Amino acid sequence: MTESLQVFSRPRALKDVPTHFCPGCQHGTTHRLVAEVIDSLDLQGRTIGVASVGCSVFLYGYFDVDVVEAPHGRAPAVATGVKRVHRDRIVFTYQGDGDLAAIGTSEIIHAANRGEQLTVIFVNNTTYGMTGGQMAPTSLPQQKTTTSPYGRDVASDGHPIRMAELLAGLEGTSYVARVAVNTPGNIIQAGKAIRKAFEVQVRGEGFSFVEVLSTCPTNWGMSPLSANERVAAEMIPYFALGTFKDRQTAG
Amino acid sequence: MNQRLFVKGNEAVAMGAIEAGCRYYFGYPITPQSDIPEYMSRELPRREGQFIQAESEIASINMLLGASACGARAMTSSSSPGISLKQEGLSYMAGSELPGLIVNICRSGPGLGGIDASQADYFQAVKGGGHGGYHLIVLAPHSVQEMYDLTMLAFDLSDRYRIPAMLLGDSVVGQMKEALLPHSYVRPDDLPTKDWAVSGKGERKEQNIVKSLYLGDGELEAHNWRLHGKYQALREREVRFESVCLEDADLIVTAFGSAARIAKTAIRMAREKGLKVGLIRPITLFPFPEKVFRQATASTRRVLCIELNNGQMVEDVRLSVSRDAEVFFYGRPPGAGSLPTPEELCEQISRYCGEGS
Repeated sequence: MTESLQVFSRPRALKDVPTHFCPGCQHGTTHRLVAEVIDSLDLQGRTIGVASVGCSVFLYGYFDVDVVEAPHGRAPAVATGVKRVHRDRIVFTYQGDGDLAAIGTSEIIHAANRGEQLTVIFVNNTTYGMTGGQMAPTSLPQQKTTTSPYGRDVASDGHPIRMAELLAGLEGTSYVARVAVNTPGNIIQAGKAIRKAFEVQVRGEGFSFVEVLSTCPTNWGMSPLSANERVAAEMIPYFALGTFKDRQTAG
Repeated sequence: MNQRLFVKGNEAVAMGAIEAGCRYYFGYPITPQSDIPEYMSRELPRREGQFIQAESEIASINMLLGASACGARAMTSSSSPGISLKQEGLSYMAGSELPGLIVNICRSGPGLGGIDASQADYFQAVKGGGHGGYHLIVLAPHSVQEMYDLTMLAFDLSDRYRIPAMLLGDSVVGQMKEALLPHSYVRPDDLPTKDWAVSGKGERKEQNIVKSLYLGDGELEAHNWRLHGKYQALREREVRFESVCLEDADLIVTAFGSAARIAKTAIRMAREKGLKVGLIRPITLFPFPEKVFRQATASTRRVLCIELNNGQMVEDVRLSVSRDAEVFFYGRPPGAGSLPTPEELCEQISRYCGEGS
């Protein structure tokens, strides 16, 4: 006689609904990682999410937490307003690369520099997903997009911005890491980094930031598997994985 | 509290906001309104409030959006070019049905313009300003006391209707000093609970969502009809205005804010000359006192609209008056460097009143 034992289930912080994301898109994986952390730290009842513009705007459709929607790029400012009212709540933003590294550059830099007690999940797939695959500030040199049809020319378009390194240099940040979700091993590491980022906020230790290298198979024109291979072959060499700042470790 | 004070209009706004329970201020310095953030930076930390000097006007309006989404009474203030930057956030707040106070102590434009008094932001304030077709509640104080009182009213109306409110002043009412009689109003703890606000789900069964995105079939149209219904309710219930000597008037002068102060002196001078002139001063610019104009112009057929711009409110006046009323305009475009004098306005009143007739 055997007893069945449930060893894997949907996180409580994630609603039981099908997602709208494209096949192979890793927003679903990243959503799950965040939800698992919210569950494991028992934060669901006191978490407030800030949704940004782009594919991640539907945050409130998936996360079973209170959510406020921010204009394009402004999530760190909205989150600042939220956190200053609710000092004891856990506030996170979830932003794409166009949102955070282009139109919202000012907001992210200054929220980080103020040391706002926020956690920012930054999904970097080197393109504008929802608007149809245009060039992002993180698009790699020579990357072809709908607005860089001949490939990104750094001489005229500039260089891909390494946001994690940029923010790690600010006094106000406490934890800054870059992870990827292209392999099971990297997904496990990503989960650990996201957990650490939330723990920093729970302890009131300042601004935490996790950049998640992610795929956009639809706009890259790739299968999900070859998109994962691109992350390893092209993205990770430019956007190095690792922890760029950990104030606690640094003592 | 019942002590007469001699304060600046801008300070009266900050004092009124604190007395109305506002404990969160987000802003960015710009002349001629910087007294407001300066006052708040001094007073809010003493009241367990929060003051943030944001990195930009865009960030500050979005901090306001976040604080307002939490149900707090919160505000920002700026002046014309800064208000332009806030329009994105204002549209989102309108779409998300969020209350909050936005103070515009106008300066002259367009562009960088100058810092002299102007009412050239009327269109921007009452016609939406940002994208998408919406209205703000717009209040136009003409004295230091009103800067105080209307700030309180703005918070109340904004909360009641879940529509952002704008206090539209200019550098005259912002910078001048006058007597103010402060009075206690409400304690933050006594404000009604906002059960729609985000606060963390806690034991609540359903999550709270504050958003402006409606993609389902018919959802956005229904949302916009709901907003429209609130604008109609404002038009029915919340019109504020001041009227003077309308009963026997041959001419109605209309002006708002600081222009109305000069107009009042001019009207007094004209009355001393025997001219039958009255005044309608809209206090709410949205909702505009349409019915008041319609009723008043059923008997008085001539209206002179005076503004510190080259003609903006006059359009709403023309839309409001009875069909056969004549509407005239006298104004100064921004940047004239000086305000019209009472004598100048009295001359205009004489012209349209038919002096001696």
